[in-house]
Amino acid sequence: MTDVQRPPLSKKDYKTDQDVRWCPGCGDYAILNAVQGAFAKLGKLPHETVIVSGIGCSSRFPYYMETFGFHTIHGRAPAIATGVKVGNPALDVWVVTGDGDAMSIGGNHFIHAMRRNVGLKILMFNNRIYGLTKGQYSPTSEQGKVTKSSPLGSVDYPFSPIALALGAGGTFLARSVDVFGAHLEDVVCRASAHTGTAMVEIYQNCNIFNDGAYRSFTDKEVRDERILYLEHGKPLLFGANKDKGIRFDGNFEPQIVTGGELGSAFVWDETAANAAPAMALATMSEADFPVPVGVFRRREKPAFEAGVRGQIAAARQQKKQSLHDLLHAGEIWEVR
Amino acid sequence: MTSQTETHTRTTPTRLRRVVIRFAGDSGDGMQLTGDQFTRTTALMGNDIATFPDFPAEIRAPAGTLPGVSAFQLRFSSFDIHTPGDAPDVLVAMNPAALKMHLKELRRDGILLLNTASFGALDLKKAKYDKDPRSDGTLDGWRVIEVDLEARTREALAQSPLDTRAKDRCKNMYALGILYWMFHRDMAPTEKAIAQKFAKKPELVAANLAAMKAGYAYAETTEIFQTAYRVPPAPMRPGTYRNIMGNQALCLGLVAAAQQAGIELFLGSYPITPASDILHQLSTYKHLGVVTFQAEDEIAAVASAIGASYAGSLGVTSTSGPGMALKAEAIGLAVMAELPLVVLNVQRAGPSTGMPTKTQQADLLQAMYCRNGESPVCVLAASTPADAFDTAYEAVRIALRYMVPVVVLSDGYIANGSEPWLLPDVAQLPPIAVRYAPAGAPGEKFQPYARDPKTLARPWARPGTPGLVHRIGGLEKQDVTGNISYDPDNHQHMVDTRAQKVANIADDLPPTATLGERTGDLLVLGWGSPRGAITAAVGRLQRQGHRVSAAFLRHLNPLPKDLGDLMRGFRRVVLPELNKGQLALLLRARFLIDVQSHSQVNGQPFKSHEIENHLSRVLAELQEEVRR
Ligand code: SF4
Repeated sequence: MTDVQRPPLSKKDYKTDQDVRWCPGCGDYAILNAVQGAFAKLGKLPHETVIVSGIGCSSRFPYYMETFGFHTIHGRAPAIATGVKVGNPALDVWVVTGDGDAMSIGGNHFIHAMRRNVGLKILMFNNRIYGLTKGQYSPTSEQGKVTKSSPLGSVDYPFSPIALALGAGGTFLARSVDVFGAHLEDVVCRASAHTGTAMVEIYQNCNIFNDGAYRSFTDKEVRDERILYLEHGKPLLFGANKDKGIRFDGNFEPQIVTGGELGSAFVWDETAANAAPAMALATMSEADFPVPVGVFRRREKPAFEAGVRGQIAAARQQKKQSLHDLLHAGEIWEVR
Repeated sequence: MTSQTETHTRTTPTRLRRVVIRFAGDSGDGMQLTGDQFTRTTALMGNDIATFPDFPAEIRAPAGTLPGVSAFQLRFSSFDIHTPGDAPDVLVAMNPAALKMHLKELRRDGILLLNTASFGALDLKKAKYDKDPRSDGTLDGWRVIEVDLEARTREALAQSPLDTRAKDRCKNMYALGILYWMFHRDMAPTEKAIAQKFAKKPELVAANLAAMKAGYAYAETTEIFQTAYRVPPAPMRPGTYRNIMGNQALCLGLVAAAQQAGIELFLGSYPITPASDILHQLSTYKHLGVVTFQAEDEIAAVASAIGASYAGSLGVTSTSGPGMALKAEAIGLAVMAELPLVVLNVQRAGPSTGMPTKTQQADLLQAMYCRNGESPVCVLAASTPADAFDTAYEAVRIALRYMVPVVVLSDGYIANGSEPWLLPDVAQLPPIAVRYAPAGAPGEKFQPYARDPKTLARPWARPGTPGLVHRIGGLEKQDVTGNISYDPDNHQHMVDTRAQKVANIADDLPPTATLGERTGDLLVLGWGSPRGAITAAVGRLQRQGHRVSAAFLRHLNPLPKDLGDLMRGFRRVVLPELNKGQLALLLRARFLIDVQSHSQVNGQPFKSHEIENHLSRVLAELQEEVRR
C-alpha cells in the first residue's frame, strides 16, 4: 500500500477480524462505533496510527481497531505511549483507558502526561466502577456507593477527572457520553486535531455493574434540561428552548439564570488562559446543575516530543562527533 | 613550576612497585575531587591504577561526625593490578572522624598525614574520641605527619580575595600538593583540570592552585618528609588509554552498540543512587541522537523505554535495586510482547533503601525471578569499569538479535570505581544487525509471532510501516498470528518457546576463558565486581604452585554451555560473591555440583587477602583429603 492515492476510508476499514467481547449492551460498543466514525472522517491511515491501552474493559479496545495496537499493563498506557510518541513523533498515538486504569493505578502517569503535554490523545472511558474485576467502586464512584468491596457504601470521595487534568495543566480537555454518537465523534475529531495531550472523558454505561449511572442526565427525556453543551464563543445556555443559563458570581460560584437575566449567562471561551471557569464547571454539583459536555479547555502549547526532538536537532547541528572521537574524549594517553 | 627532577634533589626518590593511598575527610572536604585528581594525573603518568570511592548516602551529614566521613582509595603500580588494594600505605585524614573511621585499616608502619586543624574538644567528641588520639598512644606504630592544613592554607592564600571559609575549602588541594611531591607526580594535569572546572571563577582557580603549590613546596622544604617515592609506569598493552568509571563505560557501550546497529537509543530513567550518572551522561549525548527521558517514576521509566522499543528504537532503562522491584511487571510485558529492552541495574546494598552508596551483588535472583509467571530474561554482569563497556555492548546485541529484555548487573563499586581502559578500535567492534520487518504486501495478513527458525526471535514490526498493522499485548497469544489465546497447548508451547529463545543465546557464546589450567584442584568462579580481588588472590596462589584456576562469568542467563564440564574438571569449586550465595544456589540447582559459596554482605568489596586466606584454607582441606 502506498500513500500516493489514499483511498477514502470508511468505518469498516477500522474493524478487525476479532470478535468483540464486551458484554452485550455495554456502552463501549457505541464508543467503538463513534471512534471508527471519527477515524474514517479524518482519513487516518491505519499503519500510522497506534492505540495503546492499559487494563480493564475499555483497554480491550485496540483489539477491535485495525491499527497498530498495544494492550499493555494496568495504568501504564500513558507512559508507554509517551515512549512511542517521543520515539517516533510522526505516529498518531492514542491511549484508551478507564477510570480505574487512569485515575487510580495509573494516576501518576496520567497527570504527568498532562503536565508535559505529550502528543497523546487519551480516551478515558468513565463508567464509575471496576468492570473487569466484577464491580468494585472506583475513584470516580460517588460517595456511599454500595459495591462488593463497599457493602456499607464507599467512604471515598470521587475525583472529577476534568478537574484533575486541569490542575495537572492539561491543554485539551473535553467530555462526551457514549450514547451521544454525533457529539462524541465530533469531540474525538477535535481532540485529534490538538497539538499536545488531548483528554476526552467519555461517560460510559456499564450495564452489568453500574447500569444507569448517567441516566439521570443522559436519557432522551431529560437530556435537554440536564445537559449543558459547551460551545466556544457562545453563552452557557441549556434547556429545550435554551431558556436557562449559567453565570458566575464574584466568588466564581455558578448560578442558574433565567428570563430577563439570560443575557448575563457566561460566554464560553475554551481557549481562556484562566482555568477558573473550566474548574467551576468541572466541579459543580451534578444534582443541582446541568452536566457540561464538550470542550472545557483548549490551549496552544508546544508538545513535549517537539521540544525533545528540537533539542536533539539543535545539538546535532552544533556538534558533530564520531564514535571514535566520543570514545577518545577526555584525557587519553598512549602506551607504546 | 620548577621541573620534577630539580624538586627532588634533596633525596633520591625510593622506588616502589605499588602504593595504596586513602583520602578520608568530611563530605564537604572535597575528598572525591582530590582522589579523582590524583587518579587522572597518575593514569596520565602511565601507572596502572584502580580506585574505590566510598562516600555516605547523606549529601551533607553533620560536619565532623562519623557518618559524614567520605573516602577515596586508589592504588597505582608499575605492574598490572586488579583491585584498589586492601590496606592503605598512606592515609590522609582531614579530621578526627576520618581518623577514627579509617586508621584501623592503615598498614602497620604506613604513613598517616593528619590534619591537626580541628582537634578541639568538640571535634573529638563528634568523632567519639574520649581523649586526644595524638597523645594517648593511639597513633603508635604508624609514621605520623601532623600538619595544620587550615593554618598552612590560610597562610598560602593570604593575598587571596576569598573569605576564610572559602580559603579553608582549599585545604584538600594543599594536601594534594604534599602527596604530589611525595609521589613525584606532575602538577600540570591538575592545573589544567582546575582551570577548566572553575573557568568562570578565576579567584577560585588561583586559590586552589596556590594551595596545591604551597603544599608541594612545604613538602619539599620541610624536614618532616624523609623521602619521596617513585612508582615507575606499568608495562601495559600498547594502545590508547583513558581512565574510565563503570557508569561512564556502560553509557559508551550503549552508544557504541546503537551506532553500530544504526538505531536510535532511548533512555527512560528515574534518578536513583548509584545509577543516576547514567541518566546524566546520556543526557549530554543529544548531538549523537540519544533521547533521554526523565520519567515521573521507575515504572514510567521502563514503560517509556518499552514504548520506544515498540516504536523501533532501542529502549533502555537504568536503575538500582529498589527501582528494579518497581519495574518488574513492565519487564514481564516486554518478555510477553517479545520486544528488545536493556535494563541496567547498578546494584547497591539492600534490602529496601538499605545502604544506597554501598556495594552489593544481591539482586541476581531478583533479575532472574522477580516477575510473575515463567518470565525468562537474559542476565549479564559487568565485572570491572572497563568491562562495563563490552557488557553493555553485548546486551544490546542480544536484545536486538533475540527480541528479549536483557538485564545488565553492575554495582556501586564498578559504577564509581575507575581504571585505565584500552580504547577499542571502532572499526573492529562486532557488527550488530537490526532487521525491521519489511512492508507487507496488500491484502496479506501480518503475522507478528512468525519466528526466525534459528533464534526464535519474532519480527520487529515498526508502526508506520505499511502492511504490518497488528495487535500485541500482555495477554497470552497464539504463536505466529498473535491472536489472544487461552488454549492450554498453546500456552505450554509459548512458555517453552520464550524459555528456549533465551536458552538459544548460549549458542553464540565462546568457550569460557580460564585464568590458569582447565582442570585442577580448585576452580574459583566469579561474576561482577569481585573479579579483581579473585584475580589477585588466585594469581598469588598460582605463583605458590597451587593447582587453582579462576573463571569469570559475564553471561548469567543463559549460562555458557561448557560451564558444567569446566566445573567437573576440578575437585572443588568456590564462588565468592557479595550476597548470601545467589549464583552458587543457581549453579548447584542447575548442575548438581557442590559449588561452595564464599559470601560477604557488609557493603564493602572483597579484599583480595581475605579471599586468598579462604582459598588457602580450602586448598589445605583438599590436601588433608588426599592424605587420608
Ligand atoms: S463489565 Fe461493564 S464495562 Fe465491562 S464490558 Fe461488561 S458492561 Fe462493559
